[in-house]
Amino acid sequence: MASLDRVKVLVLGDSGVGKSSLVHLLCQNQVLGNPSWTVGCSVDVRVHDYKEGTPDEKTYYIELWDIGGSVGSSSSVKSTRAVFYHSVNGIILVHDLTNKKSSQNLTRWSLEVLNKDSSPTRVIVTNGDYDREQFADNQIPLLVIGTKFDQIPENKRNEVLTRTAFLAEDFNAEEINLDCTNPRYLAAGSSNAVKLSKFFDKVIEKRYFTRDGNQMPGFSDRKRFGAGNFKNLHYD
Amino acid sequence: MSFFVDSVIMFTSQVLFFGFGWLFFMRQLFKDYEVRQYVVQVVFSVTFAFSCTMFELLIFEILGVLSSTSRYFHWKLNLYVILLVLIFVVPFYIGYFVVSNIRLLQRQKLLFSCVVWFTFMYFFWKLGDPFPILSPKHGILSIEQLISRVGVIGVTLMALLSGFGAVNCPYTYMSYFLRNVTESDILALERRLLQTIDMIISKKKRIGATRRMMYLRGEDQNKQTGFWGMIKSVTSYPPGSENLSLIQQEVDALEELSRQLFLETVDLHATKERIEYSKTFQGKYFNFLGYFFSIYCVWKICMATINIVFDRVGKTDPVTRGIEITVNYLGIQFDVKFWSQHISFILVGIIIVTSIRGLLITLTKFFYAISSSKSSNVIVLVLAQIMGMYFVSSVLLMRMSMPLEYRTIVTEVLGELQFSFYHRWFDVIFLVSALSSILFLYLAHKQAPEKNMTI
Repeated sequence: MASLDRVKVLVLGDSGVGKSSLVHLLCQNQVLGNPSWTVGCSVDVRVHDYKEGTPDEKTYYIELWDIGGSVGSSSSVKSTRAVFYHSVNGIILVHDLTNKKSSQNLTRWSLEVLNKDSSPTRVIVTNGDYDREQFADNQIPLLVIGTKFDQIPENKRNEVLTRTAFLAEDFNAEEINLDCTNPRYLAAGSSNAVKLSKFFDKVIEKRYFTRDGNQMPGFSDRKRFGAGNFKNLHYD
Repeated sequence: MSFFVDSVIMFTSQVLFFGFGWLFFMRQLFKDYEVRQYVVQVVFSVTFAFSCTMFELLIFEILGVLSSTSRYFHWKLNLYVILLVLIFVVPFYIGYFVVSNIRLLQRQKLLFSCVVWFTFMYFFWKLGDPFPILSPKHGILSIEQLISRVGVIGVTLMALLSGFGAVNCPYTYMSYFLRNVTESDILALERRLLQTIDMIISKKKRIGATRRMMYLRGEDQNKQTGFWGMIKSVTSYPPGSENLSLIQQEVDALEELSRQLFLETVDLHATKERIEYSKTFQGKYFNFLGYFFSIYCVWKICMATINIVFDRVGKTDPVTRGIEITVNYLGIQFDVKFWSQHISFILVGIIIVTSIRGLLITLTKFFYAISSSKSSNVIVLVLAQIMGMYFVSSVLLMRMSMPLEYRTIVTEVLGELQFSFYHRWFDVIFLVSALSSILFLYLAHKQAPEKNMTI
């Protein structure tokens, strides 16, 4: 499979959180009029200007793979889903701000992807439990997006935002909170649009420009001797 | 005094059942969702608690626990409460939550849910017309009117589930029906799936590139406004957009194909797991059970047919008949009264436990398959309604399985219903359901290997 030219980003989350609406918004700049159940995997392509506004600007096609289903699916569904998890360059974790369980399930989703990747250069997880450090070591850029922001009542906003800030910190990722039926949240120049652009730039950078992972500045030396966690030496 | 003690016992047991229903709701049904409307959970647990209390009263009847006057009182009380819940409370809340999901009707939620409830009552009442379920001496507002209709719905549900279950159980247990699936079949299908997705991606890239080009050149399709704009757009049609709609159609077709391939791959994985399971010890045990159940299923279908054809409703229950056979033909003498009580207790107990367990498992599977975060409340309430009606009618039908002395309380409490009608109705629906399940499974089984062969 010609994996040299593709930039692949997975969009994961529980069913009904709004992944399909989000992907449609990101790729078509329009609101999805008739959302329906995603069976299997639906893919869309976003045209992204890497390093926009600088002389190094270049256009890339980023594939957003929207995977349907729930964490509690039967093992046959999980084995079939695993087919989509090969050579992933970025992960967007989507949760519903009005449903706490969808945020809690994000850990299980990310573990499902990180464990299933059979390529030998990935991080090998020691046990199935949640371990903050393995996300710090993780080379795949993560982004946490909370949907249905407009449906939270005013008085609960602070509490919800604090909770999601902790969640994003656990994943060592940026977070964006929006409403998929309103394009104004991702209007050009807004902080959300900047975060999104930075995330995609990071994905492209990791994909094309950092072949030797341990040359990156600021890379810490922890976990080199402990518990069987292997370092990423190559990316492809 | 004894009445007070009995009531305390009943109340404690009801609280226990309520707690069990609550736990079941939280742990099993709603384990992936957040409970925001506690009223749904309460209504579900209440329905479950009162349904189980009816079974408990039946057991108490057989065992002779508690005094008969207090038993009778509790029967009546329980019946009124459960009818109240099934006919007033649950349908009203179903209407309320359905209306809450529709954005247009948000203003007058209560009004519209009352409208929905009245429609439900109308159809519920109309249900009684085609069936010969009442004798003319009942008034219009008597309890028998309500019970008879609830009974019809519940018996239909029981027969449908029972017919499908009787056929599906041997089909899933026996490994004779398992199709042969190899690792290479699965890999080939997965490769096809990924190829299809790659094709979708390359087409979408073309669409994206063309759109971008059109946007940069300022040939945005939406910009053609005004009279001259319309004329211009007819003559100088931008060359990109014709291709766009063609490519979009191809993409739609490919997406449909990818969905089909995904479902087929899931199916193959599931079959492979079942093949591996059938090689284990447990699998072999279930395979053996499957043969046993298939014989039982065939027997039940024959019995139902005979009952309908010869217009026969069994007068004696299996317990008394079994005892008669052992006493008369095998010459074994034992205390009929003593043993009939215990055996009927065990038999009725087994029937109750298996039917509750079977129903809860089926409801859970059904719930997982069709619910989403928006509709979960409505679906749980619908399931509570089904559960309540199911349990009421199983009490009705269980009358046949009990010896005469215990039947009287059921007859007294439920009123003068035409019980024989319900049994006949059950047989008819059971037969229809079992035969159509056989047909359905046969077609599904035949179609699957042909799908695999086209790979």
